[in-house]
Amino acid sequence: MRKNFFSPYATWKNFFKKPTTTRYPKEDITFFDKPGASPTYRGMHTNDHELCIGCGTCEDICPTSAITSPGKKGVVPVIDYGRCCFCGFCVDVCTSRSLSMSRDYIYTIESPPELQADDEVDMKYNSFLIKPDSTHEENPGHQTPDEDSWLDLIRTPMEEIPAEERIKSFREFVKGFTREQAFKEASRCVECGVCEETCPAKMEIPKYIRAVWEDDLEKAVDIMYNTNPLPGICGRICTHKCETVCSISLRGEPVAIRWLKRYAVDMLEDDKYRELMKKEIPENGGTAAIVGSGPSGLSAAYYLRLAGYKVTIFEALPQAGGMMRVGVPKYRLPHEAIDRDIDYILSLGIEIKLNTRVGKDITLEKLHDQYDAVYISTGLHLGRKLGFEAEKLPFVAQAIDLLRKVTLGEAVEVPEKVIVIGGGNVAMDISRTMARLQLEKYGKVGVTTLSLESEEELPCDLEEFIESREEGVTVMPSYGPKDILMEGDKVTGAEFIRCLSVFDSQGRFSPKFDEQEKITLQADMVIESIGQASDVSFIPEDLLEKLEKTERRTIKVDENQQTSLPWLFAGGDLTSGPDAITGIADGHRAAKGIDEFLRSRK
Amino acid sequence: MLSSIPYTELRELARKDDCIQYELFFGPNFPGMHGNFGYILDVAGSTILRVRPNPGLLHRGFEKLMEQKLWFQNLSLIPRICVVDPDPNEVAYCGAIEKILGAEIPERAKFIRTITLEMSRMTSLLMGMGALGGMMGLYTVMYRMMDDREGLLSLFEWLTGARIYHIYNLPGGVRRDIPDGWTEKLEDVLKQLESNIVEWDRLMFENPVVQKRLSGIGPLTQEQAVNWGIGGPSLRATGFKADTRKDDPYAAYPYLDFEVPAVGGGDALARAVQVREEYILAISLIRQALKKLPEGPFKLDTGNPLKFIVPKGDAYNRVESSKGEYAYHVVSNGDLKPYRVSVRGPSLPGGLALCHEHLPGMLIDDVAIWMASLAICPPDFDR
Repeated sequence: MRKNFFSPYATWKNFFKKPTTTRYPKEDITFFDKPGASPTYRGMHTNDHELCIGCGTCEDICPTSAITSPGKKGVVPVIDYGRCCFCGFCVDVCTSRSLSMSRDYIYTIESPPELQADDEVDMKYNSFLIKPDSTHEENPGHQTPDEDSWLDLIRTPMEEIPAEERIKSFREFVKGFTREQAFKEASRCVECGVCEETCPAKMEIPKYIRAVWEDDLEKAVDIMYNTNPLPGICGRICTHKCETVCSISLRGEPVAIRWLKRYAVDMLEDDKYRELMKKEIPENGGTAAIVGSGPSGLSAAYYLRLAGYKVTIFEALPQAGGMMRVGVPKYRLPHEAIDRDIDYILSLGIEIKLNTRVGKDITLEKLHDQYDAVYISTGLHLGRKLGFEAEKLPFVAQAIDLLRKVTLGEAVEVPEKVIVIGGGNVAMDISRTMARLQLEKYGKVGVTTLSLESEEELPCDLEEFIESREEGVTVMPSYGPKDILMEGDKVTGAEFIRCLSVFDSQGRFSPKFDEQEKITLQADMVIESIGQASDVSFIPEDLLEKLEKTERRTIKVDENQQTSLPWLFAGGDLTSGPDAITGIADGHRAAKGIDEFLRSRK
Repeated sequence: MLSSIPYTELRELARKDDCIQYELFFGPNFPGMHGNFGYILDVAGSTILRVRPNPGLLHRGFEKLMEQKLWFQNLSLIPRICVVDPDPNEVAYCGAIEKILGAEIPERAKFIRTITLEMSRMTSLLMGMGALGGMMGLYTVMYRMMDDREGLLSLFEWLTGARIYHIYNLPGGVRRDIPDGWTEKLEDVLKQLESNIVEWDRLMFENPVVQKRLSGIGPLTQEQAVNWGIGGPSLRATGFKADTRKDDPYAAYPYLDFEVPAVGGGDALARAVQVREEYILAISLIRQALKKLPEGPFKLDTGNPLKFIVPKGDAYNRVESSKGEYAYHVVSNGDLKPYRVSVRGPSLPGGLALCHEHLPGMLIDDVAIWMASLAICPPDFDR
């Protein structure tokens, strides 16, 4: 090494330099747009209270337990800066993009005067918890864009039979998860419980998803039966309101809750399932009659039976299941799945009387005499009509009637060209059913489905719409029916006019049409699918008059599904919905209500 | 006065009981001690006769804490094991998890890890050199090094969001991509730091006072260093070429062209010069990595961190830090939390074992220099 006497003194030249610490060479301290820390700095937290859904994921990941939700989940979290280590994990797992960190690193607040008194120890402790507030919002720091998020935002793809294959038969085309796929999908759940709040039946979704993830299917199915006795059916056709609100869906695709439910039920072996259903039932001598064996009736029967009642179900059709059986095509809900769920319920010792129409084979008064309480859940089996003259012809049909006939194996006419009026799930169901029948008969599909609503506001599920188009159904949104054309007693087609808007500014149904834009379609058959109505003709007129009604002319029930006649309970699509899970929830509530009512009467 | 007496004579003098013998607690109260650690020294006059290391003042229970937190939650804990050089800890832990998972991280993540590791090494070496200067009373070095370090810390803040506790590496990659304009700023900073080396040479390495002060303190032969388990720059200062970056390559080191410097000599002066060489090597490695930085993803999809599971198994992962070899032994039971995480700190053999060999006979004023030159950092072994 070079030795130089002056070496130690050479640094004196720094004496003439600017005596500052520089952040970056050639730049002064305000390199970034704003003076201060860098744009990604992990400083004080900010939380946009409008966006925050209170999922509590930040609380779960926080390594120092600095973040807490006061009371329960579902409220805006608070942070204790005395514990925080400023790692920023909470921001990286935030489901709603509400949480971020600012570039501020000094946070002082003036002690409120009440804290200055020493005796208020509790208050002092609580005030140490600071809500991440918005005062730092103008100075944003660490934020997590979706691509950096730690959450698993992409759904495990579900295998399906391709459209050209599945249209050839009524075989179920959604294959269901394999074990690996189910694990992967279940691991995406952050167990926030937002879904649980939304589910009409209040199913304990995070719990059973965790059980699936832990590979404990028995536990998962057991949890499901706490609130829903038809998990195999719901795992296929539920309207999955839970997935719509899933906190993961705010950044990515929601957790496939419905498919996970189906996986747990399908994969649990029969003997274990039977073991699970062996329940000790305390007989209490009470009796209950249930009219209709749809989801709501079955649910009520199951929970009443568990409570010890002797339950009898009366079903007008030759098979149990109600709308699940006769309203849903087999490719969406195979009958084996329905049978499995129903068999397990009936195995508890519930009696079912098929081909017994209340009002015809047995009267409601007689049920009232024979049983302590009656639950009616007959559903919506009447199709609404448009009121055209041609409706008297046999080739103008109701979707719900046709679906029932196809399911029960009755003969239906399958012409070459069919028009379906309606844009809901039932319209898609009948379109796809007719498409399958046509393909079998003619080798080609000739179904045109027209709906009042535009493509964005179609009332059916998006996947139904996409799958219908894949299967060759021509879906034409924004057209309203003008008239059904006929020649003698034959249908020749229908006229449609352009629909400009369906709802008015207050959100009421009030369609506006453009009369100029008219199209005429040729067809041999027109199917109406514009909604369904209930058939309450089985209730005698004097009773019907006594029953209180709601503004929408449905039977009025209280929170226990009890009508104004104390012994009569009603639920399912008759009073709410229409969908299966709401019916199941109604049935559960009715069972509790009947139990409460009969206990109080004793 | 004392320094005019030859070293060997001094030793003899002390043994003859001509001086008063007393016990000195050379602990956190001493300005030259690094961190919360202490040596209990039996001293005669100024000469040390016997030494008892007294660790435990800094024990933070990291390893046990890690068993009680999720795999991802531990990431916030790990950089705190070594404050000046946190990145090797993160990479060692994440690398061990990746080994158990059998996962190969994306190329870009490897290069980004290499860049941050070398930047972290530079900040740590600057701190080390500054400390060495400080121990000799040459505080100008400390101030200048801290100034240089600031540029790197600012870059860390921009990239990771924090100056010291970066928490930047994840199992499967890094937490975020390099921001626009960051690499250009890094080039600028490197250029400036490189130009400053001349000044350090004048200030420190060519300074006759420093050379005289450092030479002869804590001499180590190659054989001794290997037997004692000393690693890193201290081992290479004896002329022994051993470096985890070469011997057990990780991150993007296999793609980089470099020769590990080995100064030779084995005393405190050689170790100081070795640090200088390592620093120059780090600059070159960063430049190479920046040039070869590939495009592409910067992390693997590891799924929901709340349900992140490492399969049953264990892995021992080594990373070369600025002080030597950092290693993590991670044992997983296939659970949400680690079964055991054991940390091997590089200063452990030096700070707890070699002191028995080196310190007796040394003057009290040399202890701090000896510690700084061997880069003994108590948090390493006092976790």
